Amino acid sequence: MFTVIEAGRECAVDARVEGGRVLLSAEPLREALGFELHEGTLCNDTMCVPLPAGSRLGEGGVFDLGEVAATLDRPLAVDTAAGAAFLGVSAGERAQALGSLLAPDFTLPDLAGRPHTLSSYRGSKVFMVAWASW
Amino acid sequence: MWQALYEELRDRRFVVIAVALDKSAEDARPWIEKAAPTYPALVDTQHVVADLYNIVNVPTALWIDERGRIVRPNDVVFGTDTFKHITNLKSARPLAAVRAWARGETAGFAPGEARGLQALPTALDQQARAEFGLAEWLARHGEAGAAEPHFVRAGELAPHDFTIRRGSMPIRGIDPMGPQFREMIQAWAAGGRPYYRPLPDTRG
Repeated sequence: MFTVIEAGRECAVDARVEGGRVLLSAEPLREALGFELHEGTLCNDTMCVPLPAGSRLGEGGVFDLGEVAATLDRPLAVDTAAGAAFLGVSAGERAQALGSLLAPDFTLPDLAGRPHTLSSYRGSKVFMVAWASW
Repeated sequence: MWQALYEELRDRRFVVIAVALDKSAEDARPWIEKAAPTYPALVDTQHVVADLYNIVNVPTALWIDERGRIVRPNDVVFGTDTFKHITNLKSARPLAAVRAWARGETAGFAPGEARGLQALPTALDQQARAEFGLAEWLARHGEAGAAEPHFVRAGELAPHDFTIRRGSMPIRGIDPMGPQFREMIQAWAAGGRPYYRPLPDTRG
């Protein structure tokens, strides 16, 4: 089993490691990341990415996780020995969101474990400060 | 420090939201309890906000208006002058600026200006965050040995990101105030690079 992690979710799926590559078939890919390949396009519920010319992603029903990440233009960190990989968000997506100046929404807990969502404070001016004990 | 500001301004439809980029709620707890905030004091152990907002050090503050728009992007704002002798950053002017904004006396930056002041993340920054995300997950699942090279790699990919380079230290059992931190800072400063990068009108 291989654990595929994104912000806020993780999924343990069937995958094999071969020469440093993480290989999985269509169903585990769909389970882990919500993406399916249809006629040269990699789609989930909200977006579709066409495969670049000459791409052999998914040939023989086998997907290289690194190639999936590259096709999605998303950063991937892998530890084959530990059986885990983290799929991050692209700089393009983050830059576009920040450049729009719409404050990206999030939900985080307080010390009591109560969740707070930034957008619920619309209507007030928000002074947000990130700090740490370090 | 922020509690006084919040109490002063809360009937102005103004809220402080503090986000602790700490390895656990327990690390943040003593500081939060001492501040006894009535504003949201949140804990972000997976550095979600650092990723969303391209935050690379603490303390970092930004202003978001009533419509959810960023009107002052990432800035270095201390609540007190406790560290002034190290940082050379005084708290009075930025705090006066927040007050004036909260009271409606000033408006924050216009969109073009705000965009001009944003530091946007690069592909390397995001790769570093993926490595940190993996390392944090591994550490949280008891795999400190597996996590370590990913923490190191993250720091190599984004050497200016101290939420990674210093923020990972408590997770790795390294004292974030100790010799490894001091060495890191000295090496950074020796390259002529500032540890804090306030906005021009904060730096003065």
